[in-house]
This record gives sequence, structure tokens and C-alpha cells, in this order.
Amino acid sequence: MNKARHNPLNSAAAHGALILYTLIALFPVFVILINSFKTRKAIFAEPLAPPLGDAFSLIGYQTVMKQGDFFLYFQNSFIVTVASLFFILLFGAMAAFALSEYRFRGNMLMGLYLALGIMIPIRIGTVAILELMVQTGLINTLLALILVYTAQGLPLAVFILSEFMRQVSDDLKNAGRIDGMSEYAIFFKLVLPLVRPAMATVAVFNMIPIWNDLWFPLILAPGESTKTLTLGSQVFIGQFVTDWNAVLSALSLAILPVLVLYVIFSRQLIRGITSGAVK
Amino acid sequence: MAGRPRSHIVVFLAPAVIVYTAVMIWPLFNTLRLALYVGGPEGRHFAGLENFRTLFGDPRWSASFWNALGNNVWFFIIHMIVQNPIGIALAAILSHPRLRFSAFYRSAIFIPTILSFVIVGFAWKLILSPIWGIAPSMLDALGLKALFAPWLGKEDYALTTLALISVWQFVGIPMMLIYAALLSIPEEVLEAGEIDGLTGWAAFWKIKLPLILPSIGIISILTFVGNFNAFDLIYAAQGALAGPNFSTDILGTFLYRTFFGFQLQLGDPHMGSAIATAMFAIILTGVCIYLWGIQTRMRRYQF
Repeated sequence: MNKARHNPLNSAAAHGALILYTLIALFPVFVILINSFKTRKAIFAEPLAPPLGDAFSLIGYQTVMKQGDFFLYFQNSFIVTVASLFFILLFGAMAAFALSEYRFRGNMLMGLYLALGIMIPIRIGTVAILELMVQTGLINTLLALILVYTAQGLPLAVFILSEFMRQVSDDLKNAGRIDGMSEYAIFFKLVLPLVRPAMATVAVFNMIPIWNDLWFPLILAPGESTKTLTLGSQVFIGQFVTDWNAVLSALSLAILPVLVLYVIFSRQLIRGITSGAVK
Repeated sequence: MAGRPRSHIVVFLAPAVIVYTAVMIWPLFNTLRLALYVGGPEGRHFAGLENFRTLFGDPRWSASFWNALGNNVWFFIIHMIVQNPIGIALAAILSHPRLRFSAFYRSAIFIPTILSFVIVGFAWKLILSPIWGIAPSMLDALGLKALFAPWLGKEDYALTTLALISVWQFVGIPMMLIYAALLSIPEEVLEAGEIDGLTGWAAFWKIKLPLILPSIGIISILTFVGNFNAFDLIYAAQGALAGPNFSTDILGTFLYRTFFGFQLQLGDPHMGSAIATAMFAIILTGVCIYLWGIQTRMRRYQF
């Protein structure tokens, strides 16, 4: 087949370019990770050497563990991310089902209304969100963050999930109705399992921005007990800015969970991006 | 289904609509409304366009605003001329049929995108730091040591440096979207081009590029919205004051300082709302230009 599109010189050049860019992409992460395991002297003497022999030290991690409450921050980030994803998926799927399954007056309008938020960033409304959270006493609670991220994630979730739910066969649902299943049972038992791949896509799309967000934790939940990992590492690094061991270790601790999640979900994420993009 | 009770539609829709309305849409309009009020010792009162008069009329405010907006435009331009061409080029290489290890390259190049701004900001701050010396010694190895400067600390370079750091972080997104678009081009189209003698670069410019224009449009609007409400990277690397001397101040950091306050100044939610309204107007204009000006005119091909 198409010989014209394949010659060894081109392929070497392609690999060269990709390897070069891969190095550019990974180099900073690599430098941070290896230096977090070194003594202060080794960090400055030979920043690119591996942390072996005399150079090896865990002093940075010890400082971080002593000074910062990283376990609590991690727990907060975890609760916020998981709860937000749960509500985005549940509420988003329910609304998407209503919009794609039933014909009712205002269906189209409701779809447009929910789609507004895809393009308009929720941050624009921050001033009033802060007031709302102060008035309702939710300031400095994880619930405030969960509500904001749920609202932020819903528009795209409804949009993607309703596209997928339109493809679920009507015969299947009607068969369920003839068997006397309620609409709720049809949704939970028939439709949800069938759109699981789409739900996973929505989940990975939302997971990273929620986990990494700095703006809303800074404004809505800056208290010590509610700091997320992103905000916690920001504050910690700001305080320890001259302690290079501690800063490098804190950065590594913040990188690792995301990296682990990425290794687990990267196929799903990439498939999600590449399948959603064509539309 | 006529005749069956339809209350379940309400039940299905209610949670999403309530949360979305209460936490997103209502605060959005409330913010636009608050921009028309001013605060005082006896509470807030309606002041019409007073805040906007201050924002655009008072020389101190307007200087900050135009500075932030100008910086934001430059931030966006760098993304458009650096991030998107690199993303397209990487995608074009990756989509080459029978390229080995392409899954590995894709995953590796996407890694910076999943890191938080805090990590990215500090990591680059350390690497570019003249104290640590990684950047200067690497340039030295290339014989380019004279080029080194403390880029993040110089007014002339800081904003461009931060924009390039942001490009480094996000190049994976245009890469993935264009990659997907390139994969969706059917083989027959390319083969038809080959019969007409279009291969390699000619095939890319004359066949593939026109077909991925809609994706480039989507990337441009995503970049636009993302850049004009960016905040985190500047805050993590340079702090709320967006130093040196506000040279990296963009609308997001300006909004944060104004409404939340910082060391030297008390927060003012009403001026903050006015800035948020200006940002809303800018983003809305961009989205409308995209939706009506670009997307409707772009030719879409159905295979």
C-alpha cells in the first residue's frame, strides 16, 4: 500500500521531533522529582545527577511531613473531587435523560439554557458566589467547593451524555416499559449501564480541572481544615520558599497522585478527548 | 406515552437545573448587577455606571485595567502563534500511519497538561532561577550562556516567559484535538489525493489542513476563553501582585486583587464585579464572533 507516504528518512525525522518534544515536556518534571531525593548540597552542585550515594536524602520529605498537613489536604482534595464527580454524573445523566428521552414543551430551550455554561466560565460570577456562600454559611466548607464544581461541570456533562443517550435503542426502553418498569428503573437499570463509557469520559474530563483548581479553594475555602492539596502546596511552598529540599519534596508530593491517576486513566482520557473532538 | 404521569421529567431535571441555576447562572447575573452598586458605611446602594466610570475614567484604575487587558491580549497571541502551531505539527507527525510508539509519545507529551498550575509555576521558577542555575548551565552547554537572563524577574520578559510556560503546559490539548480530527479523515480521500500526485507536505496543506479547520476554530475559542479567565499560573509564579511591577498582570489577577484585596488594599466587591462584567463582555464577544462569524461560515465535510 501507499509507499509514497512512507520512507525511512521521514520516519527518522518524525521520531527525532517527537523525542525532542517529549524531552521538553518531561524534563522539568524529571528534574523536580530527582532533586527532591537529594541533599541540599547535591541539589546545587549537580542538579541533573541522579540521587545516589551521598547525594541521597529524604530531609525534604521529613520537613514536609512535619510542617505541612499534606495528608489532610490530600483527603480534602479527594473528597471534593469524588463528590463533585458523583453529582456531576448523577445529576448530569438524569438531566440528559430527560432532555433526550422525553418530548415536552421547552425541551429545546432547557437544553440551550444548560449549554450556556459550556462557554461562559463560572469564575466570572465569583463575587456573587462568595456572597452566596457567606450568606448560606457554607464558606470554608468542602460543600461550597463541591457545589461550585458540580455547577461548573454540569453543562458539558449534560451535553455529552445526551448525545450518547440518543443512541440508546428505543426498542430496549419500550420493552422495559411493556414489562412494567418505571421510568426511573429504565433510567437506572437500562440506560445508565449502556452509557458507562460516556460517563467515564465526562469523569476524566472533569477530574483534572477540579483537582488542580486554585481559584475557588483560595476564595471559598482557604481555612486550614479545608485546604485542598493544590492550595495547601501553594501556601506551603510560599512559606518555605528558601528551603529547597522542602519545596522540591512538596512539589513531588503534589505531582505523584496526579501522575498515578494519569497512568491509570490515560487511555480513557485520550479516548475521551479524541472521540469528543470530532463532533 | 400520552396519559402517563409526567412528573418524572421534573424529577430528572430538577437537581441539575437547581444546582446550575443557584450556583452558576444566578451568581453570574448577580455579579453583573453588583457592578452597578457601590458599598458604603450604611450598606450598598445603587450607583448606576459609577464603577465603570471609575474603572475607565480614573487614571489609576484605567491604567491598571488597560495594562491587564493588554497583557492578556499578548498572553493570548503567544498561545495562538506558539501553542497551536506546535500542537498541530505534533499531531500531524503523530497521525502518520504506522508510526511506532505513537501512544507513548502522546501520553508523555500530555503529562504537563495534567499538572496543576502551582506545580508548573514553581517548577519553572526553580529551573529558570539564576540561583539554581539549571537554565544557565544548560545554555552554557549549547554555547549560549550570554542569552541567559532572570527572565521571570525582568519586566520586559516576564509575561512572555509565563505565556511560554503556559504553552508548554497546554500544548497537549491542541495536539489531541487535531490528532483526533486528522484520524477522522477517511483513507479514500487521501488516496484520491495521492492519485492526483498529492503526497507528504502537499497532502497536508491541500487536503488535511482544510479538513481540520473546524477543529482549529474550536481550539482557538477554547484558548481564548481559557486565556481571558486565566489566573492560577500567574498567581502561583508571581503572586497576586503579578510582578515585577505588574508586568504580568492579567484580567484574572487584576480581578482577584480588586475584589479580594491584598496587602496594600482592601477588597472591593463592587469594583470587582465591574471588572468581572468587563471580562464577561470580552469573553461573550469572543464566543459570539466564533459562533456566528467563524463556525457558521466554516465548511464542514461529511464523509
